[in-house]
Amino acid sequence: ASGAYPKRVKVVEVGPRDGLQNEKNLVPTPVKINLINMLSETGLQVIEATSFVSPKWVPQMADHTEVLQGIKKSPGISYPVLTPNLRGFQAAVAAGAKEVSIFGAASELFTQKNINCSIEESLERFEEVMRAAKEASIPVRGYVSCVLGCPYEGKISAAKVAEVSKKMYSMGCYEISLGDTIGVGTPGSMREMLAVVMKEVPVGALAVHCHDTYGQALANILVALQMGVSVVDASVAGLGGCPYAQGASGNVATEDLVYMLNGLGIHT
Amino acid sequence: MGTVPSALKHCLSYQHLLKEQLWIAEPPAASHPAQEPQASGLPEYVKIVEVGPRDGLQNEKVIVPTDIKIELINQLSKTGLPAIEVTSFVSSKWVPQMADHKEVMRGIERHPGVQYPVLTPNLQGFHSAIAAGATEVSVFGAASESFSKMNINCSIEESIERFEEVTKSARSMNIPVRGYVSCALGCPYEGNVVPDKVAEVSKRLYSMGCYEISLGDTIGVGTPGSMKKMLEAVMKEIPLSALAVHCHDTYGQALANILTAMQMGVSVVDSSVAGLGGCPYAKGATGNVATEDVIYMLNGLGINTGVNLCAVMEAGNFICTALNKKTNSKVAQASFSTGTIN
Repeated sequence: ASGAYPKRVKVVEVGPRDGLQNEKNLVPTPVKINLINMLSETGLQVIEATSFVSPKWVPQMADHTEVLQGIKKSPGISYPVLTPNLRGFQAAVAAGAKEVSIFGAASELFTQKNINCSIEESLERFEEVMRAAKEASIPVRGYVSCVLGCPYEGKISAAKVAEVSKKMYSMGCYEISLGDTIGVGTPGSMREMLAVVMKEVPVGALAVHCHDTYGQALANILVALQMGVSVVDASVAGLGGCPYAQGASGNVATEDLVYMLNGLGIHT
Repeated sequence: MGTVPSALKHCLSYQHLLKEQLWIAEPPAASHPAQEPQASGLPEYVKIVEVGPRDGLQNEKVIVPTDIKIELINQLSKTGLPAIEVTSFVSSKWVPQMADHKEVMRGIERHPGVQYPVLTPNLQGFHSAIAAGATEVSVFGAASESFSKMNINCSIEESIERFEEVTKSARSMNIPVRGYVSCALGCPYEGNVVPDKVAEVSKRLYSMGCYEISLGDTIGVGTPGSMKKMLEAVMKEIPLSALAVHCHDTYGQALANILTAMQMGVSVVDSSVAGLGGCPYAKGATGNVATEDVIYMLNGLGINTGVNLCAVMEAGNFICTALNKKTNSKVAQASFSTGTIN
């Protein structure tokens, strides 16, 4: 049933990182910086700037240090960066990062294929990052991929999503962003998954990161909002295709999300 | 997060994912308690009205040959869709795409259990439609005076009078009439449209005998917020079971709007295979919501439609190939992508 909506929603802009990372063309550093600077003028409060990952794996993010140091950091705006491990974390902090993100997954196979280890091992890696971040008073956002389906395993149990989310939250992540990585989710599976996760993680600490690969993103986000979620990830211009289905679309577009939120009278 | 080729190489093919994991090919069985639609206030069954051959093709620039139109409709007839809007008995001067209405109406296979409504803007069109074998017709009103004037060159009141002639004739022949109300959530000329106006026009159409009123977000500007307000006003005048929503995806809001409507009890949804039909009021903008994307959502919600998604995707693939265009359906885009491995 359509319950009340949150009065305000925090939009987390992931275009410069998640978006560009999945674009085929390598984007020159000044263009990335310009994009982020323009986004800083829009009222967005969080803009994911880049990823401190090895350029061997993600050539698009090779200029992470230059980007982070080159952008105009507006007061009141957070510029989190991805840090897959301790080394990336240290490089990020050295480059001036004030917030970082770590990426877990609710699928063993996806974790194996993506970062070459088990979920358990990946969480151990993150423990190192958490410890260092705590010492440096750096907030950490946790992502859980494949929450509504996995390109390798297919169906993902809500219980597994809740388990991984709980572990990351207990480790110290201030927010858990639940990612429908291949966009297969529908309002039905979103509702089911959230109901289970909300038993383990307070709804105020939850975000949804929906991909629009099957056109379901806004409907899924709507249901999440109805269940009390008030943080939504999106990518300007819907940047970033889907690496698992050539030609398919990827991230939900920030413009379309904001259009919907405006129409609902929700403050962003 | 992995390079593109290696990711594609190892992951399940989308056909596999769709068929086995996510109930795409078949409507969900009753034994999926987590997806009980009634528990979440949603209808158990939603009737999908396929408007691709009419509303869709009408807004495509390329004139489609008659035999292609017929083939498309025949393919759609095999998908389980309960209603397929075939053509429009309007003057070919106004809508050249629909000039072959008689041939199409006479040429299609008529499957039992499937409705084949046609548009009839006036009594002349109605008679012509009946002569060609039509057994259901539709009339198109609007909630905006300006839109009515610009579109059919008369006021809302005058258009209602015209439709009354049609419904009177239709009643005497036992022909059901569906009523459309355009600009239900906004007008390209007037901007904002008052929900009470939509309710008023809907009520006029319903009172004159239309069995169903399809509320159209003609330029796709609606959001779940405006959809809710509009439906609340209309539901005061028309029983829920007689309401349908016809959402355009011009601003990407269609599925969210449809979901909102269903949460309020609406159980009839119009859509267009492959999202055929751009928006005539905003060049380059998308138009109708894609049937494939709607069905995907309904399947995921455990809502029965009787429609086979894969069969619809095939029909969509057929017409897009014939039109030499890319599908507007995200589901079809993801499923027919060249990178999937079978």
